[in-house]
Amino acid sequence: MDNIRKDFPVLTREVHPGIPLVYLDSAATSQKPESVLKAMEEYYRKHNANIHRGVHTLAEEATALYEDARSRIVSFIGVKKTTELVFTRNTIESINLVAATWGRANLRSGDTVILTEMEHHSNLVPWQMLAKEIKLNLEFIPVTTGGLLDIKLFEDLLKLEPKLVSFTHVSNVLGTINPAVLIIRMAREAGALTLVDAAQSAPHLGVNIGELDPDFLVFSAHKMLGPTGIGALWGREELLEKMPPYMGGGDMIKKVFLRSFTANDLPHKFEAGTPAIAEAIGFGAAINYLNSIGMERIAEHERQLTAFAMEKLTGFKGVNLLGPAAQDKCGVVSFTMEGIHPHDVAQVLDSEGIAVRAGHHCAMPLHDKFGIPASTRASFYLYNDENDIDKFIFGLQKVQKIFG
Amino acid sequence: MDDLYREVIIERYKNPVYKGKLDPHDYTYEDENPLCGDQIRIDLRVDDQNVVKEAAFSGHGCSISQASADLLLESVIGKSLEEVKKLSKQDILDLLGIELGPVRLKCALLPLKVLKAGVYGVSGADAGEEEVE
Repeated sequence: MDNIRKDFPVLTREVHPGIPLVYLDSAATSQKPESVLKAMEEYYRKHNANIHRGVHTLAEEATALYEDARSRIVSFIGVKKTTELVFTRNTIESINLVAATWGRANLRSGDTVILTEMEHHSNLVPWQMLAKEIKLNLEFIPVTTGGLLDIKLFEDLLKLEPKLVSFTHVSNVLGTINPAVLIIRMAREAGALTLVDAAQSAPHLGVNIGELDPDFLVFSAHKMLGPTGIGALWGREELLEKMPPYMGGGDMIKKVFLRSFTANDLPHKFEAGTPAIAEAIGFGAAINYLNSIGMERIAEHERQLTAFAMEKLTGFKGVNLLGPAAQDKCGVVSFTMEGIHPHDVAQVLDSEGIAVRAGHHCAMPLHDKFGIPASTRASFYLYNDENDIDKFIFGLQKVQKIFG
Repeated sequence: MDDLYREVIIERYKNPVYKGKLDPHDYTYEDENPLCGDQIRIDLRVDDQNVVKEAAFSGHGCSISQASADLLLESVIGKSLEEVKKLSKQDILDLLGIELGPVRLKCALLPLKVLKAGVYGVSGADAGEEEVE
């Protein structure tokens, strides 16, 4: 993993004069390798054209590049059918798409949808909105004080005969790796469909649809070395086929009459309008980069970094770590410091060039659960090393010196 | 950075002078910054001329918001409510004596927003944030 850093141009910059960047905020968004930036630039420089229409050379090239990106993503998650992979703007749009189309078509007043207490707002609010509209019953798998999902209580909730279990694979706050295979199997035995929020797992562990066997799985490019503005929804073909379209307009239609239309084939049925073409191509390039390193190596590297960071933080005066032990975690260390607000922690760290996240990380209910208004989060990726963590610890010592 | 954490800010954060609650009070208001979860309540007592006699704040937040609240309340004691209504973003920055980026500015201005909302008796009083955004 030693030569990886040179592939990421931003890592060579200084945040303040003489103070280089130590980027520990990849759970918010990852940095981008040169190859992703080049792929997008090359598209604009050489191939820029609209896709799926026009017979000129550039249009054909652009279409081929866009669809090639889709194929790469499909292989990355271990499936074969490109018809099952819908490009969206991001994870949030993917979840909203499922709620608005599958949800409205299949859920009725009084139906139960099970979520968890550790969800990102993206997997709470779309269901809250739908629940208000059609009077759904939302239930939540509780989080234990150790930061794990309480599977025993999940078993009880399944007696409510839920129609859907929608849950995060990896917590963006606690780093907890949830037992997705088990949850999906239990949900299916209870007759429920499953949606996996893979925004934090696809980048760090990789996901395999065959192993997980969910009904829907969603993730974003920007957290896995790709650009912002593009994400993915994978869904089982027979479900996607039956779902009504999401947004109406160009590209999602086969035929349009003055008073009606027929929807396009999958996956285009869900991709109205000119999509984020350069971003899709960048997404494909990001997948190539991840494949060139190997997801197993990336996961192992992050495991080591997380364990190293937690070891250094354990026993650090006034630091309370959130979430489970290192072996149940994936690349995320969140904590509070006694008597010091996360904003102040982050601000002092920034003075040393260290980028961390401070706040509630789009998971307010989870922070409520732990009785804290906010936390500080350091998150790691393939380009981080032990040197970054040493600097981080040094930064925390400075925080202690100023506020302690 | 060291400018951001001037001694007065750290000192006021660690040992605030006006932290607490006033019961009874003539004016009170509470609000939060949903972005960071900072939450502040301000209580005022005024005399029959509507001049602030006592002030206290409670809640939790970062050093900037807490120091801002403490310094702000110190500055309003002896002021009339009409004068309080005229306080601006610049007054807060002058009290803190630092330059702030847009994110931390919200922390700094939360106490003023709460104070004004209490005095006006309405929510969402203008603390002058719009000028920077």
